[in-house]
Amino acid sequence: MSNAIHKFIENKVKPSFDEGGKLEKFYPAYDALETFLFVPPHTAKKGAHIRDGVDMKRTMIIVVLAMIPALLFGMWNTGHQHFLATGEAATLMEKFLFGLIKVLPLVVVSYGVGLGVEFIFAIIKKHQVNEGYLVSGMLIPLCLPVDIPLWMVAVATIFAVIIGKEVFGGTGMNILNVALTARAFLFFAYPTWMSGDKVWIAEGTSAANNFADGSTGATLLAQATERSSGFVDAAGVAYGDTFWASFMGWIPGSIGETSVFAILIGAAILLITGIGSWKIMLSGVIGAFTMGLIFNAFAVNEFMEVPAHMHLVMGGFAFGIVFMATDPVTASQTSTGKYIYGFLIGFLAIMIRVFNPAYPEGVMLAILFMNVMAPLIDHYVIQANIKRRQKRAVPVAA
Amino acid sequence: MSDVLKIRRGTDIKLQGEAEKILTDAPQAESYAIKPTDFDGIKPKVVVKEGHEVKAGTVLMYDKNMEAVKFTSPVSGEVAKVKRGDKRKLLEIVILADKEIKYEDFGSADPNSLGREEIIKKMCDSGVWPFVRQRPYDVIANPEDKPKSIFITAFDSAPLAPDNDFIFHGQGALFQKGLDALAKLTEGKVHLTVDGSAGVDEAFTQAKNVVLHKVSGPHPAGNVGVHIHNFDPIGAGETVWTLNAQDVLTIGRLFESGKFDATRIITICGSQIKDPKYYKTILGTNTKKLFQDLAKHDQENRYISGNVLTGDKIDEDGYLGFYNYQLTAIPEGGEPRMFGWITPNPKKFSIHRSMVSWLQPSKKYELNAELNGEERPFVVTEEYEKVFPFDIYPVQLIKAIMVDDIELMEALGIYEVAPEDFALCEVVCTSKIPSQTIVRDGLNMLRKEMS
Repeated sequence: MSNAIHKFIENKVKPSFDEGGKLEKFYPAYDALETFLFVPPHTAKKGAHIRDGVDMKRTMIIVVLAMIPALLFGMWNTGHQHFLATGEAATLMEKFLFGLIKVLPLVVVSYGVGLGVEFIFAIIKKHQVNEGYLVSGMLIPLCLPVDIPLWMVAVATIFAVIIGKEVFGGTGMNILNVALTARAFLFFAYPTWMSGDKVWIAEGTSAANNFADGSTGATLLAQATERSSGFVDAAGVAYGDTFWASFMGWIPGSIGETSVFAILIGAAILLITGIGSWKIMLSGVIGAFTMGLIFNAFAVNEFMEVPAHMHLVMGGFAFGIVFMATDPVTASQTSTGKYIYGFLIGFLAIMIRVFNPAYPEGVMLAILFMNVMAPLIDHYVIQANIKRRQKRAVPVAA
Repeated sequence: MSDVLKIRRGTDIKLQGEAEKILTDAPQAESYAIKPTDFDGIKPKVVVKEGHEVKAGTVLMYDKNMEAVKFTSPVSGEVAKVKRGDKRKLLEIVILADKEIKYEDFGSADPNSLGREEIIKKMCDSGVWPFVRQRPYDVIANPEDKPKSIFITAFDSAPLAPDNDFIFHGQGALFQKGLDALAKLTEGKVHLTVDGSAGVDEAFTQAKNVVLHKVSGPHPAGNVGVHIHNFDPIGAGETVWTLNAQDVLTIGRLFESGKFDATRIITICGSQIKDPKYYKTILGTNTKKLFQDLAKHDQENRYISGNVLTGDKIDEDGYLGFYNYQLTAIPEGGEPRMFGWITPNPKKFSIHRSMVSWLQPSKKYELNAELNGEERPFVVTEEYEKVFPFDIYPVQLIKAIMVDDIELMEALGIYEVAPEDFALCEVVCTSKIPSQTIVRDGLNMLRKEMS
């Protein structure tokens, strides 16, 4: 069956894309689709005769799968927050469907635009379409507020893929995490859509502002600038257990970032498969916790009094450290470097978050900053290795 | 003295078709060949013409870069063909073998009574010299160099590799003769490494004039590069010579009988071999009859001279390589697999836990030659390190080679490695980067620059 399909494609579809065919220019697009359907039957022409069964597609797809719990929860939470703010009662299904309708377009735009840019570049530069965007395309909507206009997502995606990735040579060559580049672009270009108390809860379709009295769209981080306890939810009611609410994720925030629980399911998938680096995740958590403790010890304002463990479940920290800091292309590549890189991301994320409430999303800036610093860390780790070996190599007789 | 060195980073790829420990004489082949392509970095100059009669030990060609290094015929007979490829690149010198092998006489001698120069001359003239290789560059040793030590490996950890304990049983005296000769070539030590995970044959434990090391662990624990790295690392400007233990037997026979007797014991193995066993054969043997009789022919086969990691792809009608001790046959494969990038596919080996391979640690695989993906830039990190037991950053080294940065290559340790050390890296690579080829090109480039 699958062979028959392959033969059909080889014989009927491929010729128009081959050299001399009508659609020759679009060969990369054809190639991308064919290799999506079938692992190509290439055999090793040189070097080792047997090869590991893994490939880039599998690796990337598993990361996407790891994000699915956060995506599904984000859809439900979008509806949940909305109905909480409007004061309407709604069933689980109604909340989920509301969120689905809100979130799905963002995902579609992100993938559509991003892959479109990738295809165009592949055609211009005559290389294969790379799998890297599969992950970025899911990360982008998950790290955005739900009411962001679709055209902004499209513009940010184009910016991120071209300036963040393609100008450096495509997947594997980029310095900055592509999804975070998109988010940073939106954050600085359209700050009113990316921060404040209004953007985190989806508005209904009918009236512009149909939220109930006393409701608030403030995230925990925004609230923390004023108080270190007694956080309230979207309806203005105090959380029974803020840590628990924040861990489970029924709080306002970017689509995929709120539920630490859903993110941990993803983290488990990444760690079991070994695709996400446990070194980065662990050292990141330690770094954040350390900074939190330092703030607690020297607290001079309310935000600094927020307990260290709360920092781990608030805002985008968990999402960033699990899905973005571990991006192997932009992270440190050496083992020692990963510990340093992860630790500093956690440390800086909390520092930025607390010291500069204008940028509640310290995680984004911390990761981007450390993306830039990662090659430097690696440089010193590798220099240490080189020096060690040179020392060893001094001939005894000399 | 002989504590066991445990290598942790690496992996044993368990394949079907391991050779049973039964030794048989392989039928004599019609033809034998020397393949100049086996020797990296030589400039071959052929001295025989088609139709010439040669004996075992008659010079067929020499290296224009090192004229003392000669390559001689493994059997006696008639030069049937000097095969050339594109740009007249020399591919094979084929000898039609006599029924009864006649040998050139190089004179038997006790290596202990000979000087260094005499030993080297005898080894060069008879054609056993090319068995001596050197690090850096992983090429034939220059007889004019003075190596700081010599490493002999009797531990082959590659998939389906022959077990030297089995091969060497009862060969102690001959082995010692070869060792005696080699001991004269260096002022340093002669290191002998054996598999430390099992009992060691007395041919090795009784060996004199050597330092015995036991090494255990997954492949590449048996790679000489790993041994050098641990026991006597190469510094700037230093040279180490390396040999495979079986070739020491050949050298031993030279001094014992005065003949270049290129007999060696190989395994004919792999999942496409009906009854994998050990065979006694001669270097350069034609493989046509062997594969026709021994291989399964239910599907297209890939025939390999050597092991599945570093061996050369050959035709069914091919020849056993100079440095190969196995003939392997596996399925060629090449079926497109629908959505193969997401199906669990328990038939494929992987060190990555995104496949199910890690749940079946004792499974013996029937792997084919499929790439299982397409070449991509480096993305996944710290995967090479899992199978690369050196204090060297493999990916960074590969990248340095890719951009021709000589200083960086040197600093990152290129002199300590050979392509074979990267074989497993190449296997496990998610991005399917041809790292063995890259390392070989890097070494060749560097050698050119340095000379």
